[in-house]
Amino acid sequence: MKRLLIGNEAIARGAYEAGASVATAYPGTPSTEIVSHLARYEDIYAEWAPNEKVALEVGIGASIGGARTLVAMKHVGINVAADPLYTVAYTGVNGGLVIVSADDPGMHSSQNEQDNRGYGKFAKLPVIEPSDSQEAKDYTALAFELSEQFDTPVMLRVTTRLSHSQTLVEEGERGELVLKEYKKNAPKYVMLPGYARGRHVEVEKRMAALSDYAETTPLNRIEWGDKKLGIITSGVAYQYVREALPDVSVLKLGLVNPLPKNLITSFAQQVERLVVVEELEPVIEQQLKAWGIAAEGKEIFTLLGEYSPEMIAQRLAGEALPPVSGLTSQIPPRPPLLCPGCPHRGVFHVLRKRRVTVMGDIGCYTLGALSPLEAMDACVCMGASIGMAMGMEKARGEEFASKMVGVIGDSTFVHSGITPLIDIVYNQGTSTILILDNDTTAMTGHQDHPATGVTIKKSPTNKLDLEALVRAVGIKNVRVVDPLKLDELDTVLGEELARREPSVIIAKRPCALIDRTPITSTLWVDEELCNGCKACIRIGCTGIYFKDNEKKAAINPNTCVSCGMCPQVCKVDAIKVVEG
Amino acid sequence: MSQIMNVLITGVGGQGTLLTSRIIAQVAVDLGHDVKVTEVHGMAQRGGSVVSEVRYGEKVYSPTIPKGEADVLLAFEKLEAARWLDYLKPDGIVIINDERVDPLPVMSGKMKYPEDIIDSITQFRPKTTVANATQTAIECGNVKAANVVLVGILSKVIGLPPEKVEEAIRKLVPPKALEVNLAAFRRGVEWSVNQ
Repeated sequence: MKRLLIGNEAIARGAYEAGASVATAYPGTPSTEIVSHLARYEDIYAEWAPNEKVALEVGIGASIGGARTLVAMKHVGINVAADPLYTVAYTGVNGGLVIVSADDPGMHSSQNEQDNRGYGKFAKLPVIEPSDSQEAKDYTALAFELSEQFDTPVMLRVTTRLSHSQTLVEEGERGELVLKEYKKNAPKYVMLPGYARGRHVEVEKRMAALSDYAETTPLNRIEWGDKKLGIITSGVAYQYVREALPDVSVLKLGLVNPLPKNLITSFAQQVERLVVVEELEPVIEQQLKAWGIAAEGKEIFTLLGEYSPEMIAQRLAGEALPPVSGLTSQIPPRPPLLCPGCPHRGVFHVLRKRRVTVMGDIGCYTLGALSPLEAMDACVCMGASIGMAMGMEKARGEEFASKMVGVIGDSTFVHSGITPLIDIVYNQGTSTILILDNDTTAMTGHQDHPATGVTIKKSPTNKLDLEALVRAVGIKNVRVVDPLKLDELDTVLGEELARREPSVIIAKRPCALIDRTPITSTLWVDEELCNGCKACIRIGCTGIYFKDNEKKAAINPNTCVSCGMCPQVCKVDAIKVVEG
Repeated sequence: MSQIMNVLITGVGGQGTLLTSRIIAQVAVDLGHDVKVTEVHGMAQRGGSVVSEVRYGEKVYSPTIPKGEADVLLAFEKLEAARWLDYLKPDGIVIINDERVDPLPVMSGKMKYPEDIIDSITQFRPKTTVANATQTAIECGNVKAANVVLVGILSKVIGLPPEKVEEAIRKLVPPKALEVNLAAFRRGVEWSVNQ
């Protein structure tokens, strides 16, 4: 009986069936569900690591220790883990090691759309790319085999459209759980220059062997059709090609690094016109051109975003795009926004009011950059807020720093905010840093982390004390406030900004989607008092709206969670608590 | 391509579009079809515009519905019907829940919610039906069952056997909410749709 599985659950199933026993990750859309599904299997050790680098390092240790190990992260997580990644390519493995990179073409939930197939080439790793959930499961299992056969970590590269699409999967049994023998082998695992030189030789031999394997592996296959047009493609783009051009010849690549030169050359010789269809970077196309194989690619297709069947039909079959109604241009956009009751709203309201410069970070709270709060100046990557605040201060001086903050979430702070905070202490910055502690990794769907005191398997564990940690690195001024008590937050912020020393303000309140306890009783707007000034509307909450005809604010009882923030911003006390 | 049934389900993050697409997809699986479903997770779920695409038939390739090929558009909110209208075939069927959720630019008064939105939709896609699923769900005992009322309307339009849909609802809905949801589904099936 086949089941509908999202790509991520299929990858987890593949690892389970391949006998994997260790799984590590830091949550990140679109990769998160892979290891959260693996955590449900009792005989698999799974963890949320503090960041992707740690996740991979734990994975490397487990692999050297003999266990089949899966490490999963989003595309930008691979950047964080790049240091161990490039060198585990040299050491190779003991137990099979599969590293999943979940890329995000179209940036549904990311800050860039880098193409991590490039890592395969630069780090010298085999890269496997499935095109649906069944392949995701099968290729994951095969990736473990290849990892051990060729003594190499294997990258399984997927995209949002694969990770979050459900397609039918035939499930198998749990494979035999193998813990391979561990033997000390310093020349293989200790990457001193003298040993690493020896390993580089092995890496090049391995890539040559993998190139031979690429010619015959079932991961790469030709589907012959009309030979007037031949398409080389991989991943979900293969599905779009088959949908749009059912009659053409297709070389579908499941192993996208290294590429099969002979197979591609032979395919190219047998078709009249050769086109590479790949989302994002011309990774396959450039290799073809380097080999002197004539092919079209990015002169027809964009480097940007996701592809679609209709785009391919239009570019290659000359089909006209369907007529448009023109309605879309009249429709107000619906950007995502902070939830009703979200504690971040209080922080960004106060920051906007004070007109401070805000160095932001990655999480739900990045939405504080959007209308109507618009209280963020920069956001680059996980943990960057604190270092950026330091840099701003060193560029523009302490006076400027007294009107500037860094803002970072609890999970992001643990991920990569601690070292830049040490930089501020060590190099004598004066910045004020706000840690928005909502007791979860909210954006990716509420995963635990070291400061929640709960493991991925939902069992209690040692809880990282953020306040003690911040003091321990040398921050003397540490304040803990409730972000929904606006006056208190504003006072504390004023005091710490004025101080010519570094400060950390921990704005502590659980995510509104986890702790749904109302803070006040039900709210209503007294229309006698409301003067229509819209101060409450400017907090950007779906719990309150403006009645255009009456020029009065009104509570939406379906969405309001009675967090009590809008009464605090009302200048005429028109938002009241229902008595009794 | 013509043998594939393409159902587009749109709404606002948090409205429960997910359960609806899961029920439809499960029925399609139970009927022995090849099925693909695609959804957007992550940031858009925070009150943003969301879409589920369900495709089934003998063999489905793309998980996304090609623009202009959806057979049915089921919208949980009026604006979200208009936003995705171009994905529908010219003679495709539109089912709209009579619900208005103001997006931020409207809430803040920067843009107007188009008052004549249903007329505009009907002009481009005549086979449009507006249903007050929220009211029907309240009559069935729980406002949260509105999405299952819509499942009822939708499943009749695309010809899914009611007993199979009820089977899927039994699989996917928690036992304590089952009676209300079955009642909501049956009310939905009775709805007369412009097709």
